[in-house]
Amino acid sequence: MRFRDHRVVGDILELASRYRDEGADELVFYDITASPEGRSVDRDWVGRVARVLDIPFCVAGGIRSVSEAEAVLNAGAEKISVNSPALADPSLIDRLSRRFGSQCVVVGIDSGRASEGYRAHQFTGDPGRARESGRDVLQWAREVQERGAGEIVLNCMGSDGVRRGYDIEQLRAVRAICQVPLVASGGAGEIGHFAAVFREAGVDAALAASVFHSGAIAIPDLKRELRFAGIEVRP
Amino acid sequence: MDAAIIDSGGANLASLQFAFERLGAKTRVTADAREIAAAPRVVLPGVGSAADAMERLRRSAIDTLLPTLTQPVLGICLGMQLLFERSEEGSTPCLGILPGQVRRLTAAAGRPVPHMGWNRLEDCKADPLLAGLAPGTYFYFVHGYGVPVCELTVAPVEYGGTLSAVVRQGNFWGVQFHPERSAASGARLLGNFLSL
Repeated sequence: MRFRDHRVVGDILELASRYRDEGADELVFYDITASPEGRSVDRDWVGRVARVLDIPFCVAGGIRSVSEAEAVLNAGAEKISVNSPALADPSLIDRLSRRFGSQCVVVGIDSGRASEGYRAHQFTGDPGRARESGRDVLQWAREVQERGAGEIVLNCMGSDGVRRGYDIEQLRAVRAICQVPLVASGGAGEIGHFAAVFREAGVDAALAASVFHSGAIAIPDLKRELRFAGIEVRP
Repeated sequence: MDAAIIDSGGANLASLQFAFERLGAKTRVTADAREIAAAPRVVLPGVGSAADAMERLRRSAIDTLLPTLTQPVLGICLGMQLLFERSEEGSTPCLGILPGQVRRLTAAAGRPVPHMGWNRLEDCKADPLLAGLAPGTYFYFVHGYGVPVCELTVAPVEYGGTLSAVVRQGNFWGVQFHPERSAASGARLLGNFLSL
């Protein structure tokens, strides 16, 4: 999504309201080109989203300082999520959690399989600048918790956009060392994938984008099926 | 004005104002003790650390004003915790309006801390703040500290152990969750507060 385009901002509000009405529990807004382009997210739309949304939402993209985070939170976002800027300067996580409390500091990790284990990737919003950060994902996940992250969103790049299911094995590995809420991201293609990731990886939440945007999965259907599968969901 | 929202320096002031705005209510975010004293209702929000928030209240002499208020007062999240005597968060002395201590939540398997997400109220005592909200209603929680169940608990929530989700003593109410981010059930609760 291109947040700087006013026409598109209108679409964001519409989409946000639609998901709210369908029963989404939380929304995350990613401005994925913000970090590679060296800019921060525009604040303007955050306030407009906050005005209409009555569920929590998180803003991600190019937040590199306490003051940038403050502007987004003051505009009405519940949480901010940092990814590339935290890899560049891990102390950002300490500063954010000291100032705002760890409950609103989410660390996103774009994780790819390496020859051994998993590595965190940076600037994944721009294919030209995306690169492996050299950090081992499990070590990085431990470090961000020590620094005060209140939630980890693990985006498994290998399964992202492929719709063949979440990377259960990788999520389990991170779950085992993760004391804070863990959100699964990347790979949802059908309703069964959600049930599987809750059951088999023990994650606290599952995030998906394309299956909802395209209408392939309707949130009320998803919730009904999850409830049917014995997984507790908000009605 | 329907309610004064105390400027406690937290970051959820905008979302709280928007939530009241959606109910057609007029609110003002203020740190002015006279304005707060004169308001028909007072909301004490709070996000961040207990020590920072208390320091901010002290600076504007709201810490001494709050215990004297007789209109309905609603503490939200950290705002609810501040109503108690002391918080384990930085071992901070709080307002002491309500008896009791705020404890750090302990992480357990399947119960990561902070407690973050939707959770439902257990049995509720009858209270006008919860009118029309049955036990089992979901609200959105985000907190790493909490108030153990005590005689002031109106509705508990299960998370590892049992915690106070809603407390009340006289004209002071506290909710651990965020009604401003709790969809229709949150709107109902804030609406109930506006009719107190």
